Amino acid sequence: MRRGLKPYQHTANSSAAAVWDGVYSRVTSASLTHLQSLEAESIAILREVAASFERPVMMYSIGKDSSVLLHLARKAFFPSKIPFPLLHVNTTWKFREMIAFRDAMAEKHGFDLISHTNPEGLANGINPFDHGSSRFTDIMKTQALRQALDAGRYDAAIGGARRDEEKSRAKERIFSHRNASHAWDPKNQRPELWRVFNTRLNPGESMRVFPISNWTELDVWTYIYSEGIELPTLYYAKERPVVERSGTLIMVDDERFRLEPGEAPQQEMVRFRTLGDYPLTGAIRSSAATLPEIIMEMQASRTSEREGRLIDSDSVGSMEKKKQEGYF
Amino acid sequence: MSLPLATPDTDISLWLAQQTDKSLLRFLTCGSVDDGKSTLIGRLLYDSQLILDDQLASLKKESHNRTVGEEGIDFSLLVDGLTAEREQGITIDVAYRFFSTDQRKFIVADTPGHEQYTRNMATGASNADLALVLIDARKGVLTQTRRHSFILSLIGVKHVVLVVNKIDLMGYDEATFDRIVAEYRAFAAPLGFKTLAAIPVSALRGDNILAKSDRTPWFDGTPLVPYLETIEVAEDRTLGKLRFPVQWVNRPNLDFRGFSGTVASGIVAVGDEVLIASSRKPAVVKRIVTMDGDLQRAVAGQAVTLVLDREVDISRGDMLSHAGETPEFSNQFQARVVWMSEEPAFPGRSYLLKLGTQLVPATITDLKFRTNVNTLEQTAATKVDLNEVATVTIATDKPIAFDAYASNALTGGFILVDRITNATLGAGTIEFGLRRAQNLTYQSFDVNREVRAQMKGQSPKIVWFTGLSGSGKSSIANLLEKRLTADGRHAYILDGDNVRHGLNRDLGFTEAARVENIRRVAEVAKLMADAGLIVLVSFISPFENERRLAREIAGDIDFVEVYVDTPLEVCEARDPKGLYKRARAGEIKNFTGIDSPFEPPSTPDLVLHGGEEEPVELSDKLHGWLKF
Ligand SMILES: Nc1nc2c(ncn2[C@@H]2O[C@H](COP(=O)(O)OP(=O)(O)OP(=O)(O)O)[C@@H](O)[C@H]2O)c(=O)[nH]1
Ligand SMILES: [Mg+2]
Repeated sequence: MRRGLKPYQHTANSSAAAVWDGVYSRVTSASLTHLQSLEAESIAILREVAASFERPVMMYSIGKDSSVLLHLARKAFFPSKIPFPLLHVNTTWKFREMIAFRDAMAEKHGFDLISHTNPEGLANGINPFDHGSSRFTDIMKTQALRQALDAGRYDAAIGGARRDEEKSRAKERIFSHRNASHAWDPKNQRPELWRVFNTRLNPGESMRVFPISNWTELDVWTYIYSEGIELPTLYYAKERPVVERSGTLIMVDDERFRLEPGEAPQQEMVRFRTLGDYPLTGAIRSSAATLPEIIMEMQASRTSEREGRLIDSDSVGSMEKKKQEGYF
Repeated sequence: MSLPLATPDTDISLWLAQQTDKSLLRFLTCGSVDDGKSTLIGRLLYDSQLILDDQLASLKKESHNRTVGEEGIDFSLLVDGLTAEREQGITIDVAYRFFSTDQRKFIVADTPGHEQYTRNMATGASNADLALVLIDARKGVLTQTRRHSFILSLIGVKHVVLVVNKIDLMGYDEATFDRIVAEYRAFAAPLGFKTLAAIPVSALRGDNILAKSDRTPWFDGTPLVPYLETIEVAEDRTLGKLRFPVQWVNRPNLDFRGFSGTVASGIVAVGDEVLIASSRKPAVVKRIVTMDGDLQRAVAGQAVTLVLDREVDISRGDMLSHAGETPEFSNQFQARVVWMSEEPAFPGRSYLLKLGTQLVPATITDLKFRTNVNTLEQTAATKVDLNEVATVTIATDKPIAFDAYASNALTGGFILVDRITNATLGAGTIEFGLRRAQNLTYQSFDVNREVRAQMKGQSPKIVWFTGLSGSGKSSIANLLEKRLTADGRHAYILDGDNVRHGLNRDLGFTEAARVENIRRVAEVAKLMADAGLIVLVSFISPFENERRLAREIAGDIDFVEVYVDTPLEVCEARDPKGLYKRARAGEIKNFTGIDSPFEPPSTPDLVLHGGEEEPVELSDKLHGWLKF
């Protein structure tokens, strides 16, 4: 009885080139394609932020969703530069390539980049090995984010979360209100009708804004493909040094990685579906080295992208709890 | 740094094309609490293979001790994502979920049935084209079924599927289904849905979801998913009149000034002459800028930046349209509102109104009636409580550009925001403007009294109160001012207290000083009226000559002389400031009524008898008589 997306079966007489033109030519017919509507909706949201808040900031996590967000922001304000800074909360445990990619993007697109690391966390040497993923995440991510937002007195923080990622995300508004201690009150969200956003805040309060709320993972990938958006190569399959721990493949990205006795990194053809702190991000075995291959592989996959994120699998409702504590 | 894109491989390009060609249907589930809305959506997600292995595994664990179907899963857990929801077994807020079949993509909003969270159902409905109204076959049509259906009609959701769920619990009984459908159709007839289908379903067991169920052989309609895959709901917004609300002024440097926004409806092309709603000035579209290059035209839904051919004053909130097809531009309209706050809505209270990109202070000026969600009866009311729907008139502090919601949801739907807490209190849909649609002309106007008055939505006048000290002039004037302010008017009182202590501090009470006093007050009143205000002047003004002078100074401004005729004995008995006593004692000289005459007006416009009625009644009478 179950049915769903089947990968397209090639038929003998269809003309690939003709269809291809139809998909990616800019609007020539009157109605927009699905991706074009999503893009327009996100651009409108970004402009609403710029027009309504005094000190907006955009979270830049260097992953694919952030890359899409960056691309959308460049489009939203063109020919002006992005009228707000991009904020990277750096736990110091990111993949090295991510940091290099981040700096290259800032250079190339000329945006204002702010990088923040929790100074106490740094001083105390907080790391995922000794302190566990949840404590590490709390100190180096949640608290660091709060520090950065408070220090910048930002009244709106734009993030790349999508509603299809997780069940509590599916419940969140596009303009999501936070009280003075950055907490989300899921039972008391403002009604959000049409595309009329209530952007009003009282002193100390702030807003989280999610312009790509209505995008699915597939939308993100097809958009990256059609727009030619640059991504870190970590998303593409390549031989990488990994160790396997309780079923998860972890890449040994630098010398800080603690190998267990008898453990040795193996070269494996892997890629990442999501990027974060390398000791906490699971790789998948894959040979998908191009975007089309990634998209096709994703269609056939039977696991969700969050499975690669070790911090989410703790318990049901853990994301909601984190958000109530001020996690993005 | 990133990998080059591979040359599009044939398979994927075709596959993508197929994905892109799929149309999108946005729908919501609604209905009373526990009717099975979340279970149904969970079922749809499951059946369209959207639940991946890792999610399925954790779901099975969680479904322990819950109502489960043959698959061993409580499907509602797939959508009820908040801890509180899972604990209480109810939905609290909307969940947006995405799934697709070979035919279509779907965005579904699963909304709560609980009355307390009706606002979240309205949120879900506001972006949907179709609604699944669920009914528990055991319970039939309930109040909340009706309320949700009424809100659907208010929000303008035109397509409804009546899903009679839990039919398994009624032994798949045809008569039950028929009875519920008949009752619902009778109720929904006046709600004006374009299509209304009914399907007997078991969300838990999967009957009539993907395919026709053997257990309902009597049902000859289409099962749910095939129905959703094929129903035609699209409305082509590009066919409408051009509406371009300016969202953000794009000003990277002195050489570029563009207006960024999303085309709400219609099409705009380079070379088009457009009209600016607020200034009524025309301009020609010179460029349509995007990062992908300039466009020749932009259609409804596209986010672009327009560059015009001349310097015109445009800011966020302005609306561009084609000449002859302009939106209404006014500060008063009739609307239907659904109230979403514990704190009721009262006429006279000031809120912030947001419509598109426009944000203005606004007041509910009149509460016409409330609609009973059960019977659709209209009843008089003095306030609108949580989850109620009412028809009201609203006045905004300055004119805004809008359309009737029925003709354009994006330019006719608004929210009301609390001025102190900033909470969203209600949502409204405009029925019509209350002054005739002003035909926006090309001519730019001079700023004059009329224009200023129009901005305030009133006709300025001077209401001149005359009468003895203690006759009740100030009380009446104060009440009238309150009433006018509540109505959203702009009024101001000039009286001895605020004039004698400042502007006229240098004047005494000799005859000459009194004349000069009145002259100055009359001049100030004139300036204020010229600025568009309703001026209430409350001075004893005992002499016919002075009052004539005041009327002359007012010139062509509407001047109303109100004589508050209260007998001297009454005034003296009241003596609120103890002045009569002091005058009688000789401490105050030239006191009107005691040692200085009061000349009753020979031709007053209105006489109020202060000795016979209370100030409240008199001010009401005056308010009615003045016909604001
Ligand atoms: N037997 C049977 N039970 C069902 C069916 N659909 C739902 N249920 C059960 O009805 C109960 C309520 O289902 P929900 O899906 O949570 O109802 P809901 O309409 O989403 O409720 P709210 O969102 O709180 O208004 C659950 O115990 C379901 O398992 C059905 O078709 N048959
Ligand atoms: Mg529910």
